[in-house]
Amino acid sequence: MIIADRKPLGELLEMVKDCNKVLILGCKGCVTVCNVGGTKEVGVLASILKIARKKEGRPLKVDEKTIERQCDPEYIAQVKDLVGQYDAVISMACGVGPQFLSEAYPDQRFFPAVNTTSFGGAVQHGIWAERCAGCGTCVIHHFDGMCPIARCSKSLLHGPCGGSAKGKCEISKEVDCIWDMIVKKKMEKGRLEDLTKMKPNKDWRTARDGGPRRSVREELAP
Amino acid sequence: MRLSYPSNVKVIQVPCTGRVDIIHLLKAVEDGADAVYVAGCLEGECHFLVGNLKAKKRVQYVKKVLKELGIEPERVEMFNLSAGEGPRFAEIAREMVERATKLGPSPVKMKKAA
Amino acid sequence: MNDLKSGSNLEKVLKAGHFALTGECGPPKGANVEHLKEKFSHLKGVVDAVNVTDNQTAVVRMSSWAACALMIQNGVEPNFQMVCRDRNRLAIQSDIIGAYALGVRNMLCLSGDHQTFGNHPQAKNVYDIDSMQLISLVKKMRDEGKFLNEEDIDIPPKMFIGAASNPFADPFEFRVYRLAMKIAAGADFIQTQCIYNMEKFRTFMKMAVDMGLHEKAYILAGITPMKSVGMAQYMAKSVPGMDVPETLIQRLKGAGKGKAAEEGIRFAVEQIQEFKEMKGIAGIHLMAIEWEHMVPEIAERAGLLPRPKIS
Repeated sequence: MIIADRKPLGELLEMVKDCNKVLILGCKGCVTVCNVGGTKEVGVLASILKIARKKEGRPLKVDEKTIERQCDPEYIAQVKDLVGQYDAVISMACGVGPQFLSEAYPDQRFFPAVNTTSFGGAVQHGIWAERCAGCGTCVIHHFDGMCPIARCSKSLLHGPCGGSAKGKCEISKEVDCIWDMIVKKKMEKGRLEDLTKMKPNKDWRTARDGGPRRSVREELAP
Repeated sequence: MRLSYPSNVKVIQVPCTGRVDIIHLLKAVEDGADAVYVAGCLEGECHFLVGNLKAKKRVQYVKKVLKELGIEPERVEMFNLSAGEGPRFAEIAREMVERATKLGPSPVKMKKAA
Repeated sequence: MNDLKSGSNLEKVLKAGHFALTGECGPPKGANVEHLKEKFSHLKGVVDAVNVTDNQTAVVRMSSWAACALMIQNGVEPNFQMVCRDRNRLAIQSDIIGAYALGVRNMLCLSGDHQTFGNHPQAKNVYDIDSMQLISLVKKMRDEGKFLNEEDIDIPPKMFIGAASNPFADPFEFRVYRLAMKIAAGADFIQTQCIYNMEKFRTFMKMAVDMGLHEKAYILAGITPMKSVGMAQYMAKSVPGMDVPETLIQRLKGAGKGKAAEEGIRFAVEQIQEFKEMKGIAGIHLMAIEWEHMVPEIAERAGLLPRPKIS
């Protein structure tokens, strides 16, 4: 799912500094799954903002609501009668939420409470890691279920580079070298010759490099 | 044991400190508490195995948030003691009251309009 | 001598069967042409070609092709290093043509150290293609006279193509396959990462020779003389993909205070003597970074001077 991290408190307080009444809008989708923007986190952020503003002597009224998702017009429509009552609305959803809300309610200001980072999954309780870069041309099947575009710091297609040491990436000992893993798996399964064949240059047109993307289901779209 | 501890400590009983969540600590601060502390079992002796460790992490998180907001993180604290340590319970209560007195009233208490 | 790919001095020296010697020079952190000239002046006539690094370790310096052009103007043959980190395939093809137009004839194709190492870690990461694909690209431009998109090039660049090899990175068993791939992709010559673990390198070279790689490309062994115990310890601990045996560090320590540099040079000279006899090694790539003035002495002591002059 989409992974995000809450913005620093200083930045959030700066965003609402001229507000007296705000709504924090959570999302039950990805941000709930990575524990950053669901009902619970909305409550925590509401309390934090109130504490900060009480301390300043300028109390802030904060309401809380969490909706199913903020990436579908049907769910965005549910808050139609609510969003106009505030000086600003803080969305805890990924980058999609504040944008959908802004488009649906152009007269209101919607602030992002989180910095959206990547597509990934839980690797341990409380830890989520990037797995997919959204390049638009998936080649995982060539690499035994691993993606070098997302997981190699240099997106190499013929790795590992000379900086791979003891299974770790040159940029940090916290980062596994995906190429080390790919090579070892290929060697283990007797498929090493898959790697010795030249791969064609990547066509980045299907990635963000080609411009903002749009997916159309012919059978559903008008 | 009928030991006394300061009357300005409000005790909220929970079956295990693992039940105490971030929002409970924040609400206490938000509502003007000068200090809030969690008293759990000794580490390794939690009746529910790791509830006190979860509480410890949550206390650390709240301390971090307070620091970011310019509020003394010492206003929130985690203590560990066994159920039989009555005198220690009273001692902790006195320690936190002393700490809160030294730190002064919580900066979150509503300031009177100028 | 008439079927040369690029006609560069390095190519001629290797083709004629001489034991080659290349050096290295990092451009200045500015337009300080005098500083650059001073650095490579030590190498003039002492090596067959001088590698010019490309924003090495992601630290911004004068661009490699510009430094190469200055070298050529001053009678020194450069080996133009290009990394994939900072430019996309448009800029890559464009720079290769430009460098060739300025007289560059040798090129080393590299992925490039990640920008987190350098002095502008906030930069956007390019890596449009990788070093393997870059080698293939330069070969296509030279031998087919075509751009990546199959259009004809109006006077194609004819480069002598080099690639790097690091026998000390992991996984070890795969490194020789990767070397084979680079050669198959079009590398004419190889320069290895600097070697300290001679035993491991001998194992690697044996595998390379068994695969016949030394007959398909010229392999130059990389050497960086140790200047101090501190340098050895730093490289052992903090440089990924570097293998510095404890025995070497002890040897440098044992040399005594102030004598480590001389011991480091002695070790380098011993290595060169062994490489001269080692099967599959066609020459030495001597990287005396910020120690360029020592290269003539090292080359002299290793019996590598005078350099052959091929017409």
